[in-house]
Amino acid sequence: MPFDVASMLPDIWVTNLPAIIVVMPLIIAPIIAALPNWRVSWTLSLITLVISFISALALLNEVETFGRVSYALGGFAPPLGIEFAVDGLNAPILLLVTVMSILALIFALPTIIKDIREEKRSLFFTAYLMCVAGLIGVAITGDAFNLFVFLEISSLSTYVLVALGATKDRRALPAAFNYLVMGTIGATFYVIGVGFLFAATGTLNMADMATRIPELSDTRTIQAGFAFIVVGLGLKAAIYPLHQWLPPAYAYAPSFVTVFLSATATKVAFYALARVLFSVFNPELDFQQVLFTWVLAPLAGIAAIVCSFQAVFQTDLRRMLAYSSVAQVGYMLLGLSIGTAAGLSAGMFHLVNHALLKGALFMAVAGVALSIGTTQLSAFAGVARRAPWTMTAMAIAALSLVGIPLTAGFLSKFALLEAALERDWWWAAAVLAISSALAVLYVGRILETAFFKAPGPAQTQVREAPLTLLVPLWILALANIYFGLDASFITGLTDNAAGVAFPGAQP
Amino acid sequence: MLEFILERYNYWAIIILMMIGLYITFQAGNMIKRLVGLSIFQTSVFLFYITLGKLAGGSAPILYGKDYPKDYAAKGEGYEKAPGAVRNAYPEPREEGFIDPLLPPGSGGEHLYEAYSNPLPHVLILTAIVVGVATLSVGLALVVRIREAYGTIENDEIREADLETARSDAEKEAA
Repeated sequence: MPFDVASMLPDIWVTNLPAIIVVMPLIIAPIIAALPNWRVSWTLSLITLVISFISALALLNEVETFGRVSYALGGFAPPLGIEFAVDGLNAPILLLVTVMSILALIFALPTIIKDIREEKRSLFFTAYLMCVAGLIGVAITGDAFNLFVFLEISSLSTYVLVALGATKDRRALPAAFNYLVMGTIGATFYVIGVGFLFAATGTLNMADMATRIPELSDTRTIQAGFAFIVVGLGLKAAIYPLHQWLPPAYAYAPSFVTVFLSATATKVAFYALARVLFSVFNPELDFQQVLFTWVLAPLAGIAAIVCSFQAVFQTDLRRMLAYSSVAQVGYMLLGLSIGTAAGLSAGMFHLVNHALLKGALFMAVAGVALSIGTTQLSAFAGVARRAPWTMTAMAIAALSLVGIPLTAGFLSKFALLEAALERDWWWAAAVLAISSALAVLYVGRILETAFFKAPGPAQTQVREAPLTLLVPLWILALANIYFGLDASFITGLTDNAAGVAFPGAQP
Repeated sequence: MLEFILERYNYWAIIILMMIGLYITFQAGNMIKRLVGLSIFQTSVFLFYITLGKLAGGSAPILYGKDYPKDYAAKGEGYEKAPGAVRNAYPEPREEGFIDPLLPPGSGGEHLYEAYSNPLPHVLILTAIVVGVATLSVGLALVVRIREAYGTIENDEIREADLETARSDAEKEAA
């Protein structure tokens, strides 16, 4: 960290950091629902999220100084009380969620006028803040059941946010409904799993569970609980083949929601999975090795290839990017299933990069859709001539998605490759190559249409996206280049994260 | 074998409910029915937690009898009223009148004399029920909006309507 944020904050803030980062958005959310003017709601939401962001930075400082920050909620000491715990594994996730939520909120200003009816806008921000609070809660909590509660807070508000896309396209409603059914099944599976673990260990605190599981790992109760939790969180993280809810939800949600969800929601669920696999359970357990080698790794490979393949044939840009998201989840999962410190670090690295680049891609698509009113690929013919700034940023993010050198995507793919080869997983190298080639195809389709096709009469109305959209878009695009040149900030964080999961191992 | 099955009758009930719920959720074409299935599925999990907390012979988790000496404290009303035999059966009245059953004996806690069910799963499930109600209400609200937008709540008909939209969109573009 270049400077120490924690030392600049008042004492009462610093001592209650883990609570403030979650509670602020939760308290403000109902207040802004009552505000008459949505611009005031927007400003208040922005202030709230900035406070959360500063808290996340300060927490990162604290973690670097103290290693692990534990906060006893309500003064009840863990393991009996609910604990908020921040360590190297979730501090970067907190930072990612808060940064992306601020950028998405700035991006919301121009797009929301088009997407949401005026009387709904304050309520919209309420749901948004609830969603952010839920995601931060999932990332920060050290209590297995508390995680479920936060997971459902964020999911319920996500269903509402997705359904609000119905103002433009009624297909958002069935998409949100299916998401609700699948999401609830996923969350319930997670609860069943936690029930099994609770029955076997008698505790709900994750750190406490971790100390009791090794001696019980031969019991069927623990193994059944493990299986339920992996499936439940896998559904939330859109792991192939549990991803069916994702493409329609991303394609029909308001563009602001898509940007936010693609950058955070599946990432946080993925973090929760990593937390359970590496921090509650132990990667050295037999059944976990079986899961890694025979379930997660093959699914990751299939996802990376099959979903990239599906993305190539989509005619709607947002749907194409949604399928690409599922494929990228496969990459992260591959890193995780390698089961080494280097693999986990690479997976987390790719997670951060993917949040940056997919956020930028969805923003750019929405920027053009603002003036043209559709996200069909064919409507994007030659738009780069009319909106060069928007499309250049998109091109940068798209190249990062493919993994062209000098972009962040290249470094994380390379790290994944290295980690896979360390374990002699040659097939993983082949999967990465094939999937990247497919990515070249669909990204090539986008770029070719946008840059080299002649614009039709419909494209004359395309204008450059407004400044409030360009600023967050270019921040993300430049971040992709910056981290492509010097990723030491992110890799420092992810190596730290891997250090938490594999104490002793030096990635 | 039969004993094995009968001993775990509560789990069998839960499993059957769970499977019924999941089956309805996936099989039903009607969206309300899918929500009903989802609710049954969730309810089975609530039952699962509650059976986890039950201890054979345990009472509701409220301290009573020997564990709640306040009633029998030297100056308390209960002690005065209690018959002599009961007074003798109970240990010396505690001054505090409150024990912390969460702490293990030796580190400030005391042994409990009576058996209780575990209250924690009940509390957890109270939370889960609230979440379930919220999910159901959001789901029903969505179904209302779907009915307004499509005029039907049958999955197949909605899919067909969506296909129709996609087809007409494609035709518009071709033209």
